[in-house]
Amino acid sequence: MNRGAYVIRRVLLLIPTLLAIYTLTFLLIHSTPGGPWSQGEKPVHPVVLERLNKAYGLNDPLWKQYTSYLVNAIQGDFGPSFAQRSRTVTDIIGQTFPVSLALGITAMVIALAAGVTLGTIGALKHNGAIDYVTSFVAIIGISTPSYVIVSLLVLVLSSQLGLLPTGGWDGIFSTRIIIPAFALSLYPAAVLARYTRASMLDVLSADYVRTARAKGLNERGVVIRHAIRNALIPVLTVSGVILADVITGSFFVETVYSVPGLGRYFVSSITERDYPVILGTVLLFGFVISVMNLIVDLLYPLLDPRIGAR
Amino acid sequence: MYAATSTTTLAAGHGALDRPAKESGFWIGAWRQFRKNKLATISAFFILAIATVAVVVPALLPQTYSDQDLSVSLQGPGWNHPMGTDALGRDLMTRLVFGARISLSVGIVVQIVILLIGVPMGLIAGYAGGKVDTLIMRLVDVLYAMPNLLFVILIMTFLRGQFGSEPNGFTRILADADAKTGGLMGVYIGLGLVSWLTVARIVRANTMSLKEKEYVEAARGLGANDNQIVRRHLLPNTIAPIVVAATLGIPGAILYEAGISFLGLGVIPPMPSWGLMISDAIPQMRSHPYMLVFPALVLSLTVLAFNFVGDGLRDALDPWMKR
Repeated sequence: MNRGAYVIRRVLLLIPTLLAIYTLTFLLIHSTPGGPWSQGEKPVHPVVLERLNKAYGLNDPLWKQYTSYLVNAIQGDFGPSFAQRSRTVTDIIGQTFPVSLALGITAMVIALAAGVTLGTIGALKHNGAIDYVTSFVAIIGISTPSYVIVSLLVLVLSSQLGLLPTGGWDGIFSTRIIIPAFALSLYPAAVLARYTRASMLDVLSADYVRTARAKGLNERGVVIRHAIRNALIPVLTVSGVILADVITGSFFVETVYSVPGLGRYFVSSITERDYPVILGTVLLFGFVISVMNLIVDLLYPLLDPRIGAR
Repeated sequence: MYAATSTTTLAAGHGALDRPAKESGFWIGAWRQFRKNKLATISAFFILAIATVAVVVPALLPQTYSDQDLSVSLQGPGWNHPMGTDALGRDLMTRLVFGARISLSVGIVVQIVILLIGVPMGLIAGYAGGKVDTLIMRLVDVLYAMPNLLFVILIMTFLRGQFGSEPNGFTRILADADAKTGGLMGVYIGLGLVSWLTVARIVRANTMSLKEKEYVEAARGLGANDNQIVRRHLLPNTIAPIVVAATLGIPGAILYEAGISFLGLGVIPPMPSWGLMISDAIPQMRSHPYMLVFPALVLSLTVLAFNFVGDGLRDALDPWMKR
């Protein structure tokens, strides 16, 4: 197939995917009994309830709510938040998503640096001391939830030693990012280290590496010029998916460390039945994940010409 | 790839030539291979121990997970309460043991839900091919793009809503079970509905490669219909990868449940989930760190053990994939 046509087709496929996500989420939240105003301590007076429903279009037939939200969303208007009536969902996402994004990307950079380094060393010194240290770190990263890691770090580094703040957010150039970013990076670092190690071991036993050694290239040259570049192809492709995971999965860390990101909002929006916030968040995260998958799929043949040739 | 029928090659590969080749040779070989992996074997015993404790110990304890005794609230580990007590004076060891029931049952039941959806989906897509395949795989692609945790929470909220409002027939049974188990039904179904995609993909890929094999063609030539081919030939030869995928899926399900309960959206208090215990412990962790340490440690060890067993099973059941 023509490459340009393939790219266009894949980009266009984003539309039905997002539409399906929207439809599924819309149906799920609207077929859940109870509404946004039935929460809280005091029941809302029926007259007020009627007016609220009317003002927010919740009395309209379902198909009308479905299409009007969709039409507005396409124009970038995700409606007003039900829980915080003075703010629109676009405002909330605009304020909180950059925080989640900054935290997620910082964590991903740490994870890539640590994971690739540890994985490479682990493979080169196969079954050596560093290999075991890498495996140990990977084991902890894979089996311990991020909220436990944040708590332990706060307990030791902030409460006991007083080295770092106990919570909050001050942008990426502040000591406040150290604990949440590190906690968030441990799992992806562990996964990346595993991938790098396996891929590196694979490449080091390949014929062209043997050839490079046979023609007298030193070990350093073999690793840097031949092995790493090929070993990193599968690592890069898995990174796209992991990055989407990290960006959309930071809410445990955000909750424990009081980071004002989007993740924290979603949890409260579910219990408060804040329909527009739920829809907006799911759509945004769905978009991030789809785009990451798309980028990975499109990059793969560029990085590894063998794939494109097929 | 997973030709479980070729017992002779396997037996040779595992040095079991003295045994007569029979139908179960593959599983015996796999078992021997698994036993050679020390980490996996130790992990399997660890899981067995936790499972035994989870099943047996609650009946032997004088108190249950919700018994409060405010006169002994927030006590550190001691003779009466080996792991201490929480702010409401509940015995933490008791809660940890009941929490083991929840985590293990979530790990296993969620895998059953996943297999019930994922295996038929994968078999149908892979065997039927064509439009049916495209349709199912498009659905899988869409669900892959859903943010997982958000989706689980949405489905669980939906299920809870259904259980809460005049359920009838089958939902009635589920709603009663949900109320009795402190919201576990919602967790099982919610996690299962979100996590079947990988199993479906594995089964589909496997079915597609198997259905081109000579022995399937031979069966068809001898007059076997689709139903017989799927049941007698495709399914049995797909069991090994399914077992591996299911085992490796358990730690993920356990972590998901702990995470959702940590956010206060999973099991309903006073039911003690390890995730809920961890979130209870965090506000008091400076003065009472033991509250955090025990559930966090047991959760990590259990997740770890399932990962090791899964890896061991993969190496044992899948000799061609091993490196």
